[in-house]
Amino acid sequence: MTTWHIILIASAATLALKLSGYLVPAGFLERERPARIADLLTVALLAALISVQTFASGQALEIDARLPAVIVAAALFALRVPFVIVVFVAAAVAAAIRAFG
Amino acid sequence: MHDDADRAEAPAPSGARSPAVRDGLAVGLATAVYGVSFGALAVAAGLDVWQTCFLSLVMFTGGSQFALVGVLAGGGVAAGGSAIATAALLGVRNVVYGMRMKPVVDRGGPWRRAAAAWVTIDESTAVALAQSDERQARVGFWVTGVAIFVGWNLTTLVGALIGDAIGDTDAWGLDAAAAAAFLGLLWPRLKSMQAGAVAVAAGLVAALTTPVLMPGLPVLVAALVAVVVGWLNLLGRRRAA
Repeated sequence: MTTWHIILIASAATLALKLSGYLVPAGFLERERPARIADLLTVALLAALISVQTFASGQALEIDARLPAVIVAAALFALRVPFVIVVFVAAAVAAAIRAFG
Repeated sequence: MHDDADRAEAPAPSGARSPAVRDGLAVGLATAVYGVSFGALAVAAGLDVWQTCFLSLVMFTGGSQFALVGVLAGGGVAAGGSAIATAALLGVRNVVYGMRMKPVVDRGGPWRRAAAAWVTIDESTAVALAQSDERQARVGFWVTGVAIFVGWNLTTLVGALIGDAIGDTDAWGLDAAAAAAFLGLLWPRLKSMQAGAVAVAAGLVAALTTPVLMPGLPVLVAALVAVVVGWLNLLGRRRAA
């Protein structure tokens, strides 16, 4: 599989999902249990991605400049600072620790 | 792209022509700006500028886009299967949005429907649902969707070119920026005890399985937490009968 294959298949899958909401008869995902699982799925995937992006270094776990950057980001999100600024500050924190640490 | 329902309900500045247009443009502009971070992160993950722009044009759903490049950044092309699965699973919520939006915006031929599906994302749905009548909901949906589509693609290109120019992305902290971006997408969803518990458990499962599974798989294994908790409705509120 090349990077283009991955991009094409993933794009086709997400686009098909968007269309299917308009094509399939409403019902299934409107029921309580499937709707709840779809909701929590998003939460679980995003949390897992944060965890891996913060601690994984290949297959090893590592605590480095990323962790303080994420903690700062969490504090800023709690203060309702806009997304772009928080992402920029997180990068700056990690970059500064690596440059001067 | 995250849930902007709160922002969509912000009070009206005087002189605005229609609340739906105003909400759509405000949310659209705010969201479009962070296409820059997606563009830069995608290039940092090893995609070229064309591949990065293709994702914003065709996939056009921020969470899945960030996830795809995040998994590829960690595991490379070898993690392609996991990257596709993660992006697709994060796109499942758009099915729910489509079902909600269909009665509001699906009037016209198949092309109109395809266009509506294309711009069915967190923000367009949130702005539409925040409007008080159906006409305003339809206007809000289209204004938000189109504003974000145009802005997101332009800023993705800018971000990709920046990412291309700066080279050593770790020295610039882009790996930490990716983690912060996922956190920003998650933050508005942590409104219930159940969601918070799932987030913590999924994060733990992903970290603990990282040393033993191929890169990419820990994220998918962690998704099982949502299935188990959601199925049994652990820590959930019982719906009043």
